[in-house]
Amino acid sequence: MKLTLRVWRQKNAGAPGAMSTYEVDGISQDMSFLEMLDTLNEELILEGDDPVAFDHDCREGICGACSLVINGDAHGPERTTTCQLHMRSFEDGDTIDIEPWRASAFPVVKDLVVDRSAFDRIIQAGGYISAPTGTAPDAHATPVPKPDADFAFEHAECIGCGACVAACPNGSAMLFTSAKVNHLNVLPQGAPERETRVLDMVGQMDSEGFGGCTLTGECATACPKGIPLPSISAMNKEWLRATRKVHR
Amino acid sequence: MNDYTDYATGAPVTDTKAPAGPVAERWDTRRFEAKLVNPANRRKHTVIVVGTGLAGGSAGATLAEQGYHVVQFCFQDSPRRAHSVAAQGGINAAKNYRNDGDSVHRLFYDTVKGGDFRARESNVHRLAQISVEIIDQCVAQGVPFAREYGGLLDNRSFGGVQVSRTFYARGQTGQQLLLGAYQALSRQIAAGNVELHPRTEMLDLVIVDGKARGIVARDLVTGKIDTYFANPCFTQIHPTCIPRTGEHQSKLTLMSESLRNDGRIWVPKAKGDDRPANEIPEDERDYYLERIYPAFGNLVPRDIASRAAKNVCDEGRGVGPGGQGVYLDFAEAIERMGRAKVEEKYGNLFDMYAQITAENPYETPMRIYPAVHYTMGGLWVDYDLQTTIPGLFAIGEANFSDHGANRLGASALMQGLADGYFVLPSTINDYLARNPHHDEVDASHPAVEEVVAETEDRLNLLLAVDGDRTPDSFHREIGELMWEYCGMARTEEGLRKALGRIPQIREEFWRRIKVPGTGAEFNQSLEKANRIVDYLELAELMCLDALHRAESCGGHFREESQTADGEAARRDEEFSYAAAWEFAATGEAPVLHKEDLVFEYVHPTQRSYA
Repeated sequence: MKLTLRVWRQKNAGAPGAMSTYEVDGISQDMSFLEMLDTLNEELILEGDDPVAFDHDCREGICGACSLVINGDAHGPERTTTCQLHMRSFEDGDTIDIEPWRASAFPVVKDLVVDRSAFDRIIQAGGYISAPTGTAPDAHATPVPKPDADFAFEHAECIGCGACVAACPNGSAMLFTSAKVNHLNVLPQGAPERETRVLDMVGQMDSEGFGGCTLTGECATACPKGIPLPSISAMNKEWLRATRKVHR
Repeated sequence: MNDYTDYATGAPVTDTKAPAGPVAERWDTRRFEAKLVNPANRRKHTVIVVGTGLAGGSAGATLAEQGYHVVQFCFQDSPRRAHSVAAQGGINAAKNYRNDGDSVHRLFYDTVKGGDFRARESNVHRLAQISVEIIDQCVAQGVPFAREYGGLLDNRSFGGVQVSRTFYARGQTGQQLLLGAYQALSRQIAAGNVELHPRTEMLDLVIVDGKARGIVARDLVTGKIDTYFANPCFTQIHPTCIPRTGEHQSKLTLMSESLRNDGRIWVPKAKGDDRPANEIPEDERDYYLERIYPAFGNLVPRDIASRAAKNVCDEGRGVGPGGQGVYLDFAEAIERMGRAKVEEKYGNLFDMYAQITAENPYETPMRIYPAVHYTMGGLWVDYDLQTTIPGLFAIGEANFSDHGANRLGASALMQGLADGYFVLPSTINDYLARNPHHDEVDASHPAVEEVVAETEDRLNLLLAVDGDRTPDSFHREIGELMWEYCGMARTEEGLRKALGRIPQIREEFWRRIKVPGTGAEFNQSLEKANRIVDYLELAELMCLDALHRAESCGGHFREESQTADGEAARRDEEFSYAAAWEFAATGEAPVLHKEDLVFEYVHPTQRSYA
């Protein structure tokens, strides 16, 4: 396949960015999108140009590092991560636009690489259960009803990639935050910190400059792990409940 | 400069610090004998943790909980992305929740046997003991393990064992355990006990007066030296990987071995049978693992399953492009338990397969082929997990101590967390209590200045070559060389060929490498090129270790050393030791130190899974 790529190039956080156009040839349908970019970069290096910087790590769809907006869609046309998107989803001769995650809470580091440390700070605000090593009772001491365990798992699948934020017209991080709140709040082990967790995580989310949620649902459509949209309303319910119980 | 293969044998390793006495009591004894650091004094000690995988993440969190000041590094943008995240299948623990005859002793026995009698009994027993506490710890943190309708934890079985002791979170166990450790670490970051430096790569170690005192990291400076590397030739080939499609491929995707619980592996009986799988009748299929190993069937250990796959492909009975694949068939499982149940157990793996191959595994059998997966070898450590450099500890996959020559499935996660949550936090106290540092080592210390200068020189050299080959092209070349000569089956001839080729690649690398940009910016090509310098050194040592170990054991199969029916033949009289290699200089022969392995409880026998 022969393709025209229009790629966002930006030297660093402070520099202005612009789209640059490149042609790539000899692309196989079996290549992943990132392997297609590897091919472009091999050519750029040999020509003495700066290769396109992009985040990637496991290339198995689970680490959450890869993060490209492809033709306007976070992670491109399939519901998966960019590393698991294959070139068979494109046609020979296509022009493809490649941009970084767009959100003011995710500043560009270079080219297609953005700073997602705001997500880490949301987790640090309460996305954990305080269980210091060595203090745990036997794993069977507290049975967890299977529906609750399944609900927790469904939300724990979040890989923290940020596609939800990139897809949202408001740049909201509600889906990400709600996934962790719901995972931990439904479990009996998470109950003692249930109220403080949701209040603190939402507070941190707001202070990071993410936008508000207007329930457009783009986040859940873009999520490669299928975190469901009702995750957000479940968190809102947790939040309301917590504001009534906790006096601050 | 002497020839690289002309290595000397140095003093044997005689003291591993494992206490004497019954194996079941050694860990208690060591913990009791270890000196402690007064809780009030712990915050005065800074512990540097490099990496945030299962071992590093759990160690950083636990040491911070104990009161130490932890400074932690990862090269990813977030600690949550460390590669432990990609482990799928599960984590072993001797809970005996199934009441199927499991026990700490059985997990210990299975691990020593599975490791083909090349691991330390003391360490393995400790690992089996700690396994039960890991599950308790993870459940308390909210790790969403699979549960049954009664609310209790579910278990499954895995290759190389006959009990169900594997705990799992669908096909994402590594992810869920890593997030548990990441969350515990996040809590300590918020509490100010851990200072995290993401997107920061350790490039060297600072050694002052023989002790590890800090690291050199790109953009950050604290503190260099030579460590022994043990058993580098013990690499594991994973039997259930999606076959490759071409040169460009950056990654072969592994699928969890747990698939072998319900999938049946077969190839056509006839050579060159290229009919679609569904058109090959039952009596023309060879379920070769079930045929050769009736007791374990499709659940033989990984090294055996991998070699059997290679053998049938070498016979010309392989399937798919290039004949480099075997079928993993779920038709019988779908008929037996229904598609919904199969989907619940393996759904994400099936999706992943479909995404990569554009084939539907519910309808046509998967094609799989072995690929490199895990290194049992690693930095030599004593019972305390301390390397030969005082103050430098190695945990998780980075050390060599628990899996011998072959690791059982679902044991990597167990070992990473055992080291990080429980072992290191107990043993490091003893070092810190006995070695109080009264001097500050900062950027102006001569030892720091020296190692920083060396590191900068290396990076500048990489940038200065301005040749005509990319870092990836060298990475691919070493990878292909290693797969060809130091992969699933190894010969003296092939290893010598590889050892002749590596210095040539190194020479070419330093003449032709091209790294654009500068060292003072975000430069992924520079990061890659710098890692390749290390890969070349490691590749050379792996080949030498594989050459010197003229026996077959576990993941290391030397064609010269096999039984009449093609099984690995160990040579215990000559090779019942861990090989710890002391670095001399790049390209120069290292020094071999042997640590004799003593088996008091599990007596070496030829492994049998028939």
